[in-house]
Amino acid sequence: MYQLDFSVVIERFPELLVGAAATLGLASSGIVLALLIGIVGAAMRQSRHLLPRLVVRAFVELIRNTPFLVQIFFLFFALPFAGVRLSPTATAIIALGINGGAYSIEIIRGGIEAINRGQTEAGLSLGLSRLDVFRFIVLRPALRAIYPALTSQFILLTLTSSVCASISAYELTSVAQKVESDTFRSFEVYFTITAIYLALSWLLMALFGIVGRRAFAYPTA
Amino acid sequence: MPTFGPDQLFFLMQGLKWTLLLSVISFVGGGVIGLVVALARTSGIGPLKLVTRGYIAIFQGTPLLMQLFVIYYGVALLNVATDPWVAVSLAYTAHASAFLGDIWRGAIQAVPRGQTEAARALGFGYGARMWDIVLPQALKISLPATIGFSVQLVKGTSLAAIVGFVELARAGQIISNLIFQPLLVFGIVGLIYFAVCWPLSLLGDRMERALAAGAR
Repeated sequence: MYQLDFSVVIERFPELLVGAAATLGLASSGIVLALLIGIVGAAMRQSRHLLPRLVVRAFVELIRNTPFLVQIFFLFFALPFAGVRLSPTATAIIALGINGGAYSIEIIRGGIEAINRGQTEAGLSLGLSRLDVFRFIVLRPALRAIYPALTSQFILLTLTSSVCASISAYELTSVAQKVESDTFRSFEVYFTITAIYLALSWLLMALFGIVGRRAFAYPTA
Repeated sequence: MPTFGPDQLFFLMQGLKWTLLLSVISFVGGGVIGLVVALARTSGIGPLKLVTRGYIAIFQGTPLLMQLFVIYYGVALLNVATDPWVAVSLAYTAHASAFLGDIWRGAIQAVPRGQTEAARALGFGYGARMWDIVLPQALKISLPATIGFSVQLVKGTSLAAIVGFVELARAGQIISNLIFQPLLVFGIVGLIYFAVCWPLSLLGDRMERALAAGAR
């Protein structure tokens, strides 16, 4: 009968915590990039011209209907081919940003389309530029409406970042793989980091809750 | 050095077969357990509610890759000779049961309360009330999200490649290592996934619009 032995995991726990911090760093960089792509993409989808709308649509469908693992492999080999040499961790951030960005575009677009057109027209007739109308009249209320959907997407992105271990990016799962290959305690190691991931997602949930209450605490009619 | 030809494509198709099989098995298995989870979650019985709520929270709050690792290595510890295939299917079934359970929980709760109350007033027992009145309506409400999850599941099976299970993504890795054309191979692998997932996504989107139009 196999005896569970968590002592090695406890011994290497500080290393795992550093890995957890690396995961938070990796994920938050990915989230920033995803949000940028999401906002720009959603704005492009509102364009009067067909081409940008079509490009964004194709990008979103392509990313949403292929596995992240295949995307990150493709990027991992495509970047050097295009003459861009980046560390696995930087590649992972870009992959996470692109993947999360595609989902963010759809979420933000939903929020924008929920804003009454009359609001945009009122802003334009008051003499605001199209950019200012987008920033102040469309984007902010839209962000507030979609905040729950957007933040759960970001938590999902954080969990997905574990797949970045497959290109040896430095984060929690790759640290765990190293501990596992040193100790052969696969179950104990992965059980422990699963608990760490659970704690991370609960931490993020609480954090997003606090930020959301502060950022969107303005009165609405 | 070999290049990408019919043999390589055939090998990828073999991988696709396992991807589809794994997806179907975990969707069906996860569907059966997921229904039980959804019913327990909405049963109004305290302990059942608590346990299923925890079950769903754990699967939604941890990476799929970790669920796969823990169940895969956990089954290995049980000291019964099992095929890796069984362990992998088990992991995806458990994953699907939690997500489908939560989707259907939401759908059951979205069926107007009056339906349950009317059925109860007419003397329907729990079984008949659920099976004949609530679940058919919940099914309709849940269809877009259920189809959306099936796309997630097909894509998620690619992670089985990391524990060495030869499905489509792993088949792609093997060929890429043989012919040294990763961009070509992973491009083709991506397109195959796309060909499977896109029609499902379109179907889900269409149903969502139809449902939204019906609700208006």
